[in-house]
Amino acid sequence: MITAATIQSAIAQGLLWAVLTLGVYLTYRVLGFSDLGCEGSFPLGAAVSVVLMNGGVHPLLAAAAAMLCGAIAGAITGVLHTVFKIPDILAGILTMISLYSINIRIMSGKATVTIASDTLKSIVGGLFPQNTSSYIVSIVTGAIFCLIIVGVLYYYFGTEVGCSIRATGDNAKMARAVGVNTDMMIVLCLVISNSMIALAGNLIAQFDYGSALVNMGQGTIVIGLASIIIGEVLFVRDEMNFALKMFSVVAGAVIYRIVIACALTLPWLKATDLKLITAVTVAIALALPVVKQKMALRAKRRAALKEAGNAEA
Amino acid sequence: MLKLKNLSKTFNPGTVNEKLVLDNVSLLVNEGDFVSVIGSNGAGKSTLLNAIAGSVDLDAGSIELNGREISQMPDVTRARFIGRVFQDPMMGTAPGMWIKENLSLAYRRTKRPTLRWALSSDDDEMYIEKLEKLGLGLEGRLKTKVGLLSGGQRQALTLLMATIQQPELLLLDEHTAALDPKTAKTVLELSADIIEKNNLTTLMVTHNMRNAIDYGNRLIMMHEGRIILDIEGEEKRRLSVAALMEMFERSSGEDFASDSALLGK
Ligand SMILES: Nc1ncnc2c1ncn2[C@@H]1O[C@H](COP(=O)(O)OP(=O)(O)O)[C@@H](O)[C@H]1O
Ligand SMILES: [Mg+2]
Repeated sequence: MITAATIQSAIAQGLLWAVLTLGVYLTYRVLGFSDLGCEGSFPLGAAVSVVLMNGGVHPLLAAAAAMLCGAIAGAITGVLHTVFKIPDILAGILTMISLYSINIRIMSGKATVTIASDTLKSIVGGLFPQNTSSYIVSIVTGAIFCLIIVGVLYYYFGTEVGCSIRATGDNAKMARAVGVNTDMMIVLCLVISNSMIALAGNLIAQFDYGSALVNMGQGTIVIGLASIIIGEVLFVRDEMNFALKMFSVVAGAVIYRIVIACALTLPWLKATDLKLITAVTVAIALALPVVKQKMALRAKRRAALKEAGNAEA
Repeated sequence: MLKLKNLSKTFNPGTVNEKLVLDNVSLLVNEGDFVSVIGSNGAGKSTLLNAIAGSVDLDAGSIELNGREISQMPDVTRARFIGRVFQDPMMGTAPGMWIKENLSLAYRRTKRPTLRWALSSDDDEMYIEKLEKLGLGLEGRLKTKVGLLSGGQRQALTLLMATIQQPELLLLDEHTAALDPKTAKTVLELSADIIEKNNLTTLMVTHNMRNAIDYGNRLIMMHEGRIILDIEGEEKRRLSVAALMEMFERSSGEDFASDSALLGK
């Protein structure tokens, strides 16, 4: 059954996962780079911050450390791609695979490390009245993070450096011809994106899972893409400014979680089917424009044939 | 002044596709020279321009621009002082960005990008004034995405972007070949106008002999990776297409009829 709690929980999850979605949006949409490295930097952010927090480090400091590690991971993917000319997908996979081993090292050989200390969740929760539901705490935290991130990114991508990154994604040849160091911009964008994705891993570990899991990164790129596509189909218009586009993507992430939560109330659907459903949805969404284009072309050809036939008659 | 000394380039060396594309090319281009470059398909014209701009690595030779050796510089560094317009109108502009954003990228090409807000309206007036001079009605459309413009408009915008900061060298590679004849003429006249007003040192590749004769103060012809003709001043002004064809046959030892690519439209 779908209850108010189901929806609240879904919104909370959506807003936290939106941080990851925004990171994926930067690489996939702004730069045009399919970065599978995010499946490694997501658990990396969780692992680093959970281990630090359990060791007594302040949650905010732990989050900053997670972002720094994500940034390094992004830089490695970027260097593999720009300096060594490894195709984007493969460069990301190499980073992702390495991070699997590294994350297990960080977690001292364990597949799960449970949080056993103060977290951002308990700190933020302490600011609310005693009996506030934990969903509300998550929703408020997620919303604040999304607001700050969208604000910062909106400003950043309107600066000269930000314009250079956008130009690199839009037309790299033009960017080079006006003196933009496209390699540097690619690395920079991956650094920003992966640090956000590591932050997302840290938030999800604290607010959702209560632990860092070595496998929690699996499928994150597809989840990110699905959220982006939902946001774009429902809300994005061409003339929107960058901030509104990012808010649309955040909304997409929330709607994705709500849809999933509702779907899970169906008795015949198993939780493990979700990845299949998400992947199929993304595949359809990506295929749709191509199919549309082909159909339009065919209709045009048919009309032309008909006209030729009429002319003959 | 641009000094090219013994430039050589072979593509795919040591394979069946080995091709010598620049064969010991040397050329001296004076400050303010407007050189039109012609030659049959595959003669090496684009490769020559790419080598100067740094998007093709040379096997040998040196390139000196205004006293400094640039042949080891990365292409993005050279782009700070070399303006380029390509044949494909889609190449020179970012379609998903505003006219203003494209212009501001080009305007700041000589400096490292900073964290300054790039979308401010500080430079709008200057952009509008420059766009007005194109006479294509783009001045009122600073916030239009470039992808919505026609090929001719995009090519004119690229030209403006290549010259908005006075470049030390302007490289035009068949930049009107993909446009319809009327638009091509407009863009070509615009180019000549900008080149003359700013006294820009220019290499302009064209497939059209008539244009090569009409524009610029100097004409070079390439064939199989070498410069086989170099005419300037009064002699160039008196040149006719027929005379040029005859010179081509004499210098290359080939029949012109077999080289329809050179005829142009
Ligand atoms: N990147 C490349 N790799 C291999 N061969 C190339 C490359 N670029 C150009 N060529 C070859 O070099 C020759 C000269 O090309 P180009 O300089 O484009 O000629 P033009 O501009 O005078 O028509 C052509 O035969 C072309 O096929
Ligand atoms: Mg060419």
